Amino acid sequence: MNQEVKPQYAIFTTGLTKSFGSHNAVDSIDLRVPRGSIFGFLGPNGSGKTTTIRMLLGLANISAGEVSVLGSPVPDAIGDALPKVGALVEGPAFYPYLSGRDNLIRFDAADRLADPATRKERVAAALAQVGLTQAASKKVHAYSLGMKQRLGIANALLQPRELLVLDEPTNGLDPQGTREVRNLIRALALDGITIFISSHLLVEIEQICTHLAVMSHGKIVAQGSVEELSAGEVMNLTLLTADTALAIEGLNLLGIKAVVDGLTVRAFVPAGDVKPQQIVKTLVELGVGIQGFTLLAPTLEERFVLLTGEGFDVER
Amino acid sequence: MQSELSVLFRRRRTWAMLFTISMIPILLAIAVKLSGSTLPPGEGPPFLDRVSQNGMFVGFTAMIMAIPLFLPLTIGVVAGDTIAGEANTGTLRYLLVAPVSRARLLVIKYFGAVAFALAAAFTLMITGIIIGAILFPVGPVTLLSGDVISIPAALLRIFLVVIYVSISLMGLISVGLFISTLTVIPVGAMAATVVVSTVTQILGTLPQIAVIHPFLISYYWLGFADLLRNPMSLTSFASNSLLQLAYIVIFGSLAYSRFTTKDVLS
Repeated sequence: MNQEVKPQYAIFTTGLTKSFGSHNAVDSIDLRVPRGSIFGFLGPNGSGKTTTIRMLLGLANISAGEVSVLGSPVPDAIGDALPKVGALVEGPAFYPYLSGRDNLIRFDAADRLADPATRKERVAAALAQVGLTQAASKKVHAYSLGMKQRLGIANALLQPRELLVLDEPTNGLDPQGTREVRNLIRALALDGITIFISSHLLVEIEQICTHLAVMSHGKIVAQGSVEELSAGEVMNLTLLTADTALAIEGLNLLGIKAVVDGLTVRAFVPAGDVKPQQIVKTLVELGVGIQGFTLLAPTLEERFVLLTGEGFDVER
Repeated sequence: MQSELSVLFRRRRTWAMLFTISMIPILLAIAVKLSGSTLPPGEGPPFLDRVSQNGMFVGFTAMIMAIPLFLPLTIGVVAGDTIAGEANTGTLRYLLVAPVSRARLLVIKYFGAVAFALAAAFTLMITGIIIGAILFPVGPVTLLSGDVISIPAALLRIFLVVIYVSISLMGLISVGLFISTLTVIPVGAMAATVVVSTVTQILGTLPQIAVIHPFLISYYWLGFADLLRNPMSLTSFASNSLLQLAYIVIFGSLAYSRFTTKDVLS
């Protein structure tokens, strides 16, 4: 059954479940990560995200369901998939008494399929990609959080990979570092590498992801490409004008119900219904003096909270 | 495997332990030299009386002193650290994702610890020979049976003793490896392994349970004295090896079944 669907999906799960005792941390999820996508994996703390990632990488046992990563079933053939997967899971971890470079050499040596002859070059290239070439000889116990984070990303890039699983990749990075990582991710995606990012930085996710999945209480509450998820959404229209009455009339003409809030006119416009150019044209023709006009999709944060609830308590 | 050895032997801790082990024969030899008095044969640790006559015995005496506590202590540190240490630094998950199969990781970690045991036994003997040669006269060795053997033959037996002791410790290493898969706190695994070693030796001194004595891991530990007889007796060597092998099989399987089925949450 699984063989046919595999080629276009980097990660494909059916009914994936993880139970701890009677409690399902991950409850029968069907994760579909298309190859070549930049896939954002979101969810509040305790929603089962990290448990899912651990199951994908063969670190945790699967209670029920099927998983395949890069076409190989997990856990039976995980050894076939893992050489092509680079991962940064729950923070970087290194041997504090070894230098950054030696740590990468260690992890590369552990990989049976890694060619020892090219080891030095690949380690140097990975370090260069994350900007750690100067600091590579220092012992890791002297590294700052951001440096360890970069080293963790370098570890994921030691070999040409087909899938990168990145858990909070920009955690602790300075603004330049964050930008670099973002550019790096985009460049890798252009090479056809599938990038699976789990992050709480919704602004980051919004900027780079092509697909999303949102988890809540162990279930996937939304999944699909960014376009799919945006369709059917309601945009926020904010109009700054002195001619509020005229503006309301004009918007009514377009079928938009609006309310006045001081000098601002607000309305909700279903996405795709009316183009912003049209609204502006209609209003200007009516003689409305427009001082400010925005028609914005709800931010990812607003959508996220809508999907996962306002509660502050960790889920489980 | 090569990476594992290089990481293990580059740690300061490993060298600190090897250094301390080498101090045992050195301190022993100095103590004997400074005391000056000759002990009547049979008093004190075995071979101590012969040390002042022939420096070659420093190593043997030091080994006898080290085997009950000090060697198992260092072995406990290395064996207990095998899996629990990786889990503690968090590097276990990255090793497994490298990928390294769980079975292969266990095997590599095990033989890394065995390499340390060999290094420890070797260090002790070599230091013993060197300090013995410096402080005492060295000549053909008088064996327990009274025969005299040449120095090269003595060196061969010393080499065999090193092998014997290393084999003696292989069972304990497998116990330590298993305990290491049970926890993410390396110190706990190290302590537990040392406790196992100490308790088995204590049990070995209780006559009431003499029936289980031959099955205790430490039963043949001091048996390397048999290698110093003429003709060289290899029976305890063989029995020891079999006993250790049994422990390796049992605890190796336990470690395998535990490690391959547990979730790696560290």
